[in-house]
Amino acid sequence: MEHKAAQIDKSETVISIKGLYKSFGELTVLRGIDLEVFKGENVVVLGRSGSGKSVLIKIISGLLLPDEGTVKVLGKDVEQLSEKEMRDLRMKIGFSFQSSALYDSMNVRENLEFPLTRTNRTLGQKEVDAVVEETLEAVGLSDKIHQMPSDLSGGQRKRIGIARTLMLKPEIMLYDEPTAGLDPITCIEINNLINEVQERYKASSIIITHDLTCAKATGDRVAMLF
Amino acid sequence: MLKKYTFSKGIDDYFIGVYNAYKFIARFFKQAFQRPFEFREIVYQCYEVGVKSLPLITLTGFVVGMVFTKQSRPSLVSFGATSWLPSLIAIAMIRALAPMVTALITAGKVGSNIGAELGSMRVTEQIDAMEVSGTEPFKFLVVTRVMATTIMIPILAFYCTFVGMMGSFVNIYQHEKTSFPTFIAEAFAQVSFLDIGTSVAKAITFGFTIGMVASYKGYNAEKGTQGVGKAANAAVVLSMFLIFVEELVIVQISNWIRYF
Repeated sequence: MEHKAAQIDKSETVISIKGLYKSFGELTVLRGIDLEVFKGENVVVLGRSGSGKSVLIKIISGLLLPDEGTVKVLGKDVEQLSEKEMRDLRMKIGFSFQSSALYDSMNVRENLEFPLTRTNRTLGQKEVDAVVEETLEAVGLSDKIHQMPSDLSGGQRKRIGIARTLMLKPEIMLYDEPTAGLDPITCIEINNLINEVQERYKASSIIITHDLTCAKATGDRVAMLF
Repeated sequence: MLKKYTFSKGIDDYFIGVYNAYKFIARFFKQAFQRPFEFREIVYQCYEVGVKSLPLITLTGFVVGMVFTKQSRPSLVSFGATSWLPSLIAIAMIRALAPMVTALITAGKVGSNIGAELGSMRVTEQIDAMEVSGTEPFKFLVVTRVMATTIMIPILAFYCTFVGMMGSFVNIYQHEKTSFPTFIAEAFAQVSFLDIGTSVAKAITFGFTIGMVASYKGYNAEKGTQGVGKAANAAVVLSMFLIFVEELVIVQISNWIRYF
């Protein structure tokens, strides 16, 4: 399946990376990276294992700091932000982890409720329930609401992980290896879900992968890290 | 290229570790008194720390009280002073045994649990996932657990004193047929407010130490499953070491106050 042309607004840059360097001790993983992502665009970042793809999106989300260069997300320089400003920015970013990173002591409902109730304490239980149900419906897993993460399959965990990031209706989605370790049919389902997120939530996305089928199915543009 | 150190790797790492621990503690105090509070999670953690430790504290407290009475009896019999047993046991339990036994048991049971749980959440990126969703994982995971151990260990120590005294009473009743009201009256005749205050201070300090050390080790775990094991282990070993050091310091301070 090829990716449908999305409504991309090239006049608005949501992520702007210039001259980005990152090293871990003696090992330099990112050397002078430049990248721009426009509003509504899905950018696929391809590269070999260890080429720094995951490091790139961890820097974008503020989990890691760059050694050199500037990273602007929604017009804000992530290195210059205070703790509170960073938290506010992160609410506009959804991060889907390679391992799904579901909270294993909480069931699906609690996993989905967590970011919403912690970032908006004025919401009533009915409103929270409505958002949870709507989001679970969007990922096609309404019947799994009371299950624990350990009871879900790999593909279902991925979907719930994506659903959790959608709870805050993010403007930017970062997918770390969304199809890694999944069977071909589930891969297609995840690719479709990524495209649905782009259409439904008008989100801009960076999709880190080395799966060419996923790249073809989801990307409006491809960047290579080598 | 050789990496440059200010002193040597070991000394540099030590000071970096001390600085990181200081930052961790400072972050706790900053977030503990900042709204919004995680009351529900604190109550849940208090249940996990307190209620689930009760069977173990009951057993160890009872045995310690009984064994200490059995061990002390021969020495007192030779002086004809067995009537001092209740007050001896009460002073020993309140001043030293109850806070120490409770802290050591809790460090093993709760400390390892917190270290492993947070360590596992760290290496499986669950803490990162909380951070990138704009929530405050430190407040939800660390502040609540440290609060729970700080609140619950004094309560458990008080409970341990009670069951320890019961263990002692069983042994004393077998030998001397002392009634329960007489036993209680004799036991608390020599106990001062300073003893109780010191005991509470110790328990609070031990509780804070266990929660903080276990959370620090777990929250900063790295290198996969091996890191989780190391975090759980370090949480217990370092907590126990610090508990003994703190015991020494608090006893010294209370003695200064006592003889001032």
